[in-house]
Amino acid sequence: MRLSFAVLAILLGLMQGCGHEAKSPQASAAKAFGTAIVEVGGSKQAAGIGTALDQPVVVQVNDAQGSAVANALVQVRVSGGGGSTPESGLTGPDGQFTANITLGGSAGNYAVVASTNNAAGKPIELRLDEVALGYQETLGKQLNDVYCARCHDPESTPERVSNHDNLAAQAHAFTEGGVLNAMSDADLTAITAHGGPALSRSPEMPPYGFVLSKSEVAALVAYIRAIADPPYRSKGAVYAKN
Amino acid sequence: MLTRIRRFLFGDSAHAFGSLSVVLLLCLAVTPAKDHFREWRQFQRKYLSLIRTRGDAATLQRRYQGGVQQIWIPELGVVDRCGTCHVAMKEASLRDVATEPFRPHPPIPHTLTEFGCAICHRGQGAATSVQEAHRSSLAWEQPILPARYLESGCGQCHWNSLTGTPQLNLGRKMLARYGCVSCHTIKAPGQGRMQTSNPAPPLTHIAEKTSREWIFAWLKDPQSYAITATMPNFQLSDADARDISAFLVSQSTPVPGARTPETARAARADATADPQAGASLYGESFCASCHATVNAAGMIVGGNVGPELTRVGSKVRPEWLIDWLRGPKGYDPHTLMPRYRFDLKQLDLLAGFLEAKTDSDFLSKVNLSPASAAEISHGQTLVRERGCASCHEINGISKPDNFAPELTLIGSQSLAKILFAEGVEHTLPDYLQAKISRPHSFGKATKMPQFNFPPSQVDALVTALLAQTERAQSLPAELLVPGRRLSDYRPAGKAGQLMADMNCFSCHAINGRGGDMAPDLTWEGSAVQSKWLVGFLKNPNTLRPTLIRRMPRFNMTDAEAGTLADYILTVYQTPAFDADALDGSAFGAADVERGRQLFYSKYACQSCHIVDSKNDKGYIGPTLTQVGARMTPAWIFGWLKNPQALRPGTVEPNWNMSDEDARALTAFLMKQNRRVAGK
Repeated sequence: MRLSFAVLAILLGLMQGCGHEAKSPQASAAKAFGTAIVEVGGSKQAAGIGTALDQPVVVQVNDAQGSAVANALVQVRVSGGGGSTPESGLTGPDGQFTANITLGGSAGNYAVVASTNNAAGKPIELRLDEVALGYQETLGKQLNDVYCARCHDPESTPERVSNHDNLAAQAHAFTEGGVLNAMSDADLTAITAHGGPALSRSPEMPPYGFVLSKSEVAALVAYIRAIADPPYRSKGAVYAKN
Repeated sequence: MLTRIRRFLFGDSAHAFGSLSVVLLLCLAVTPAKDHFREWRQFQRKYLSLIRTRGDAATLQRRYQGGVQQIWIPELGVVDRCGTCHVAMKEASLRDVATEPFRPHPPIPHTLTEFGCAICHRGQGAATSVQEAHRSSLAWEQPILPARYLESGCGQCHWNSLTGTPQLNLGRKMLARYGCVSCHTIKAPGQGRMQTSNPAPPLTHIAEKTSREWIFAWLKDPQSYAITATMPNFQLSDADARDISAFLVSQSTPVPGARTPETARAARADATADPQAGASLYGESFCASCHATVNAAGMIVGGNVGPELTRVGSKVRPEWLIDWLRGPKGYDPHTLMPRYRFDLKQLDLLAGFLEAKTDSDFLSKVNLSPASAAEISHGQTLVRERGCASCHEINGISKPDNFAPELTLIGSQSLAKILFAEGVEHTLPDYLQAKISRPHSFGKATKMPQFNFPPSQVDALVTALLAQTERAQSLPAELLVPGRRLSDYRPAGKAGQLMADMNCFSCHAINGRGGDMAPDLTWEGSAVQSKWLVGFLKNPNTLRPTLIRRMPRFNMTDAEAGTLADYILTVYQTPAFDADALDGSAFGAADVERGRQLFYSKYACQSCHIVDSKNDKGYIGPTLTQVGARMTPAWIFGWLKNPQALRPGTVEPNWNMSDEDARALTAFLMKQNRRVAGK
């Protein structure tokens, strides 16, 4: 009894930024049912720990023909102490449901699971991944925006035109987990600090080891690991579950 | 039955002695038993059983220390026992553990024992129970700080702009940008009061500029005129807005020395020949670097230094507009707007273009009858009550002192002194959130206006305010990292007058004063060649093809450009090297060829710079096709050796280049002075 109270108190104490202490009481009854739930937008965002995501998560409930279903009940859960406002509700006339997501208090990946029941009462789930950035990753993001994004981010905006396509060697976007997850921390640190030739790659990647401190390079690597898609799993020893 | 028990326990003295001893022993056992079952002991036992199954159990076991763990830093007043339950804070190998209190602390720039925990996280450091340490109570008002405001902890010592704390930096910038510090006194330790970075326009000649109807509509809802408007909504009633507008018009005086723009109209006949001419002049003058407009797609395009111009034609009087474009400082001596030295035809073109930016809906519902004396005097009372003069200069009303409560110590404000609105949770961050995002929920009489900040910006403001703690003010001086001191550097002489006239400091910084839109010019005189500088001042061309904010043409005369260039070249020199130390003509063909090789192979400069406009594509750095005619060889050499020393924060990396390589590259770059074809 006392233990469960203690655990509850820790959870409340550490994750109170999310402000969801009670289940929303007004869970409305579904008036329609779909057979699939798909993402409209809002996954793969990165934001500081405990903060709200810039863009809301929008999902759509479809029927077997793929057309939108209005008034289907959607519930949204966030892992690890994150929260969603609202936690549940009916889809609009366009079959869409919008939820604002708040991340939990520790850095890492968060799963936003949107679910709806089909006519048989069986839940259909859609999992979206979001990333919470801690101090180190936030510092890495800031450095990325200044030094790296111009070549490594292929997206151009009027304020910041991308140099990505002007290069002979293609710079990897930092979200390319498929490629970057295979590189060790030491390799990423080396290529950042000493430039492409350190790994026998293109000299178009310049060395930043004389501009950035060791902790700044480590922060950049932490940021690259944080936003990797698919997510990065460190190759340490494998431990038993706690 | 009872009698038998009594007889057994206390039947004779030996039995009585025995049973009393047992009772006494039980009483004595209460304390150790209570200690044994303490919360923190349970956590420590749980931790030990958690690590037992892990691969590095032996190491973790060896590093584990049981019992109450305390960080004691008397000079900071820190007594933190958080490590008693959070036993694994230093164990990086446990980062896959998802349950508190066994997660390791994520990497931060300080060691955990340097400052303790509660300085950043708040909570009651000395407590050893979960409830007491994390939650607030009658005896302890500061619960654990929600993670989203954590950067406020950094802000107690760091008053400069840290790279790793974007939220705190944004919050502090907003306090200065949105006039918070004009009404509220906010002090940083040892630095005095924070100053506004965006002074509101003076209202002393407001009737020359706009109509009373516009003032009324603006007062009612500034954002309906311009979605980017800085001024918050004071939620004035129609009658109050009517009276304030009446007073503001009545106190307005004519602009001294304003000229009636009789001649400008004459040029209008031929100006109308090309309907696009006004728009092109607006574009060529790079008005959009500072002013935003809403384009056809509904997007806000342009800078936020000056006011948004989407509906400016519904606001300003045509005569005022021409006078303003001719010489902005006549109306507002402190404006950031440069004097462009437009000729009459240009003035008329631009004014005509801006006047056409009207919105017929904006003033359509405003219908004011002439102001009565009672309305004017009521308006004056309202202007005083609302503190308009805290931000705006108004004739006859002096800037009020301490108009709003001082916020220097708001981050450690006692909750007992706070009046909470209904439905607001009783914590300091929640109070600040509510006060900023819906001030009027605290009662109709509240003077705080309604701002329209998105949630992320409100979070940033709360973070900045939470850093304003008593502890921050009382920390030892050696721990404080002061912010950038504002310099009041003003260049003297003719050049100084020219720079003031063209407001160079609105965009460029020199010697610590000025804006950050354009390059810092403190050492520009060491960097560029005289002939190029004069030409550039007269007709600025584009050095960076992808930049949308560029130096406009100020229509300078030859004499003015010469004066400015001479001053810049003589005064703004770096002490690091002599600008004439390297002779560009001394380089041989071998140097140049080696430089070319280095440029294209070893350093791959073409990924960011263009030397050969046919083949090179990189456009992060400036185009270098004519760099040999633009920069001094000494600067190029010095830049290649250490760019950050000459311009802190520049993207170009320090290559740790050898002198030979830097010399060869300088030789190659000094050869790049091709004339543009056809000129």
